[in-house]
Amino acid sequence: MDLRLEGITHSYDGLLALDGIDLEVRDGETVAIIGPSGCGKSTLLGIVGGLLKPSAGRVLAIGAPRADSLNPFTYVFQDFALLPWRNVAANVALALEHHGLSRAERRERVAAALALTGLGEFAAALPKQLSGGMRQRVGIARALVVRPAVLLLDEPLSALDAQTRELLMEDLLAIWARERSTRLYVTHNLDEAARLADRVIVLSRRPGRIREIVRIDMPVAERGAPTALPVVAGVREKLWALIRDEARDAEREVQHG
Amino acid sequence: MADAAPVTFRGGGFHPRPQRLVPVAVFVAVIGLWQFASWRGWLPALFLPSPWEIVTALGGMISDGSLGRHVGASLMRIALGWVLGTAAGLAIGLAMGIFSVARAAGLPVVSALFPIPKIALLPLFILWFGIGEPSKVATIGFGVFFPTVIAAYTACDSVPRNLIRMAQSFGLPPAAIVWKILVPGAMPGILAGFRITASIALILVVAAEMIGAQYGIGAFILSAGNLNQIDHLLAGVTLLSLLGLAVSAVLGAVERAVLRWR
Repeated sequence: MDLRLEGITHSYDGLLALDGIDLEVRDGETVAIIGPSGCGKSTLLGIVGGLLKPSAGRVLAIGAPRADSLNPFTYVFQDFALLPWRNVAANVALALEHHGLSRAERRERVAAALALTGLGEFAAALPKQLSGGMRQRVGIARALVVRPAVLLLDEPLSALDAQTRELLMEDLLAIWARERSTRLYVTHNLDEAARLADRVIVLSRRPGRIREIVRIDMPVAERGAPTALPVVAGVREKLWALIRDEARDAEREVQHG
Repeated sequence: MADAAPVTFRGGGFHPRPQRLVPVAVFVAVIGLWQFASWRGWLPALFLPSPWEIVTALGGMISDGSLGRHVGASLMRIALGWVLGTAAGLAIGLAMGIFSVARAAGLPVVSALFPIPKIALLPLFILWFGIGEPSKVATIGFGVFFPTVIAAYTACDSVPRNLIRMAQSFGLPPAAIVWKILVPGAMPGILAGFRITASIALILVVAAEMIGAQYGIGAFILSAGNLNQIDHLLAGVTLLSLLGLAVSAVLGAVERAVLRWR
């Protein structure tokens, strides 16, 4: 499913957060969105997924989602958003419970999503018994179980330590190679953008406008290899050069209100 | 730094650890001291009978069957009043937690009526419902109702909004969000409210039974005081303490079962 964002503008109580975002995302593409703090990255993701109504502009879904997609626009949240009173399998099953599937079909889908995310042995565990990385795997499994057409990832790895982040990046790439979807990936982390995205949208500080679109030509699957390090580092440097001054200004703005 | 010296340990403490024997030892010591002082005649039996005399009075109540009658009557009133007050309080409190209009309408009323000592309304309830059971049950129910309303709607507020946003992002219908997210998420706050309302029910039943009741722990204590039977009076107080402990144990078991995910 392709996406087209036309003139997305959004204000919070008169404060302009996003201004005239126009963007096309092709089916199967991974687009990262980066920018200084407060530039409206998460707001943009909220608007694309229908959780926020834009002040102006519209989001168009072009083409039909796959037939078995139960929730075409599906989020993966930074803070996992797991129900602490449900075990892993029940957390994943939550996304299916209002779709009229048979119990067997639900169980089958949940088992497949857990297997895909390496959680097969943890189906009965409660979230409090899991590490941060495992909790985010549950969040990813819950997103995959509905077979989304568009995956909206809101800083999915930012609550994790560096090693876990590295591992989950590899896992995300493996999952995306098997499960076709279009992906919008909001992140503060330039390494993640350089490793995972086909294109990186750089937003300016508030009000967020598209400042530059950086295309990364090297196939995503090759970027984990040692030989790819200079390319990834080069992209990272380019992204940092684009946002560095504004990131510093945004930080001062946050500190001084 | 030429000389080597071990670094002084400055950590530890400020971390409560379970001490199983201490509570038992303190309890036994207090009762033992009390019994010893009574036995030596340091405490006048007329004003403060010994623990043994209180136990003997309780034994007498068991053998003549009065204990069952008094405790049964009190428990019946507590159960009826608490269940009715809690059911109504939960319904209104959850509505206030979920619907903005219900909150706007309910909050001023709750704020105005909550601080009234409910026992002050007992004469009014006697006028409305008569001197019998309904006025006592109404006093307990009314006393339980307001704290339950407040516990329920504040518990709804404490449910993390990101969970509701997550449920909306998966397209869960509003009713499913209430039953699958809001109510289970509010349960810790609601159960904490139950502990408070159970204590309120115990206080109110004693007060209500001191007006126009033949049976009940409150009536028994009042009667023992009028007859200067201090051992019986303290036996009644002991029963209240045991009842409070039993209610607390039951609520603790319910919390462990319902909130085992915490």
